[in-house]
Amino acid sequence: MSETRKVTIKAFRFNAETDYLPYYKSYEMEIGKDELILDVMNRIKWEHDGSFSYRRSCRHGICGACAIKVNGRATLACKQNAMELLDLFNNELVLEPQSTKRAVKDMIIDKSDFWEKHAAVKPYVVADIDPHPEHETKQSIEEFNNFLDSDLCIQCGACHYSCPALEVNEEYFGPAAFVAAYRFTVDTRDNAGKERLELTAQPAQGVWDCVKCFECAEACPKEINPIEKITKLHNMQFEQKVARSNVATRHAEGFVRSIRKHGFLDEADIVVYSEGYLGMYKHLKTAVKMLKAGKIHWQDGIPFIDNMPKIKNLDEVKKLIDISMTNKL
Amino acid sequence: MSQLKYALFTGCTAKQSTPELLSSTLAVADKLGIEITILEEASCCGASHLQDFDEFLAHVLNARNICYAEKLGLTMITICNTCQLNSAMTKHALDTNPELKARVNEKLAEVGLEYKGTVEIKHFLYTLIDEYGLENIKDKVKVPLSNFNIAPFYGCHNIRPSELHHGSNNGENPYVPTSLDSLIDALEGHPVDYDHKNKCCGFHVELQANHTSEVLAGNAMIDAVDNNADMMVTPCPLCHLKMDTYQDDVGKVIGRDIELPVLHMPQMVALALGCTEEEIGLNFHVAKATQLFSEAQA
Repeated sequence: MSETRKVTIKAFRFNAETDYLPYYKSYEMEIGKDELILDVMNRIKWEHDGSFSYRRSCRHGICGACAIKVNGRATLACKQNAMELLDLFNNELVLEPQSTKRAVKDMIIDKSDFWEKHAAVKPYVVADIDPHPEHETKQSIEEFNNFLDSDLCIQCGACHYSCPALEVNEEYFGPAAFVAAYRFTVDTRDNAGKERLELTAQPAQGVWDCVKCFECAEACPKEINPIEKITKLHNMQFEQKVARSNVATRHAEGFVRSIRKHGFLDEADIVVYSEGYLGMYKHLKTAVKMLKAGKIHWQDGIPFIDNMPKIKNLDEVKKLIDISMTNKL
Repeated sequence: MSQLKYALFTGCTAKQSTPELLSSTLAVADKLGIEITILEEASCCGASHLQDFDEFLAHVLNARNICYAEKLGLTMITICNTCQLNSAMTKHALDTNPELKARVNEKLAEVGLEYKGTVEIKHFLYTLIDEYGLENIKDKVKVPLSNFNIAPFYGCHNIRPSELHHGSNNGENPYVPTSLDSLIDALEGHPVDYDHKNKCCGFHVELQANHTSEVLAGNAMIDAVDNNADMMVTPCPLCHLKMDTYQDDVGKVIGRDIELPVLHMPQMVALALGCTEEEIGLNFHVAKATQLFSEAQA
């Protein structure tokens, strides 16, 4: 394989002060095998157009400033080898800001929504500090390991701007804020855990609006796996009795009820149980369509008529639920 | 080729609202000479929702399912992306965390089972491609799908998180997935290239964040339609349910009339292999799809 490759790089260009609409401009260059996406951006600026704008600082994957998207893929420019992406995307790279609708100038976006949501979960240890302590506040290895990986977050916004729930629902806190909420809630020195759990349990803004797409896990350049922390926050809401009975929590807990009874999830029952009989009116139209297509049967969901299939050895599942379940709603 | 044998974890939907998924899967296996043993003991995988309530319990139940495949000594195959994800997540957690594995096995011992970690877990899509082989499938095509532009919809839980799936999905890149496209190619259909093929359908927040759910499904569907798709195909019955059953509601939220048949991956293969109308089960769809059977033969 040749050490360099001649390619055309397309870049999103926009100046909110002068341009009505954004446009894309192409730049030809020869790229070496060790060049990073940050080098590519530097070369656009230094060799082609000095007005090309982007954020950069540390060049070591620490400051989080140079996060952009390349062909829609969240990319920390100073960490990402350009040749790798050329291979992946068949030699056609399109550089875009993390969120085109928030673009201010070229790769630079207005990231205020990220910072507001991040700040809202109190991303710091909340504690009464003795100004003259007699000894250090020690952390055991286990206590430290609880938040070790989430502490690696550099607030680059890669997960936040890859989250499809956030694109639709502007109230949603997003994965980065949840990682911060988790990191400080499991810190044994912190006293604001309950408050953070209450905040992240709220409908629309909280963890229950996560669509479970795993885009955040894929996007994170520090391999934090935000959705894993989101699942832990869900569990902690039940463990610490913060979870209130609502359609989302009943939907999660209702799985136990179904599985204990049939081994399978009872698709009709889970909707009735989560929504309540009064909430069912929203689903009547769909239920009729599903009936017509033979997807559900008229008996489904009607109490006392049980036509659900059952798994073999259901007793094992009942017993395992009884001896393994730790949480309650 | 030596005979392929698998333990099939059907999941819940194939036993209830999508009977066509199970019948078409079994019909495809039969046509290709793949031996399937259904894991009748397997319970629900938790669908990522039980995991939110009680992660440990979800691991115990998924480990129990895997035990039954281990007893048979067969690779466990799934026909639902979410079953695949949750089974694989439990396998990964137990295989990499001896302390958790011991805690789970302590519970399983109470019902006479032990999780060992000896079998693979793979979605049927990838066993067809990697183990049966696209070339061999090509040889079996009776009804080429050349009349159709088919939009592949990959579904999140087969491709993300990529690190978890790479051992079982042939290193599929979540940003540029190709498996479904190449399967459509092998069946002589025309794969539709569109941006939303690897995006989220919104199924999992259908109840609590309905608007989000409808918009995500709608974005994907109109992208497929605008790129001239005659049908969509997905390896995930949850994506299918979202886009098929709720198609009208999605259309209303998005402000577009959508008429797009959404097929399960095995239904598409069954159509090309010349399986019967009954086996393919297009009559079980909410968005009209029965016409595809005769259109395919035309």
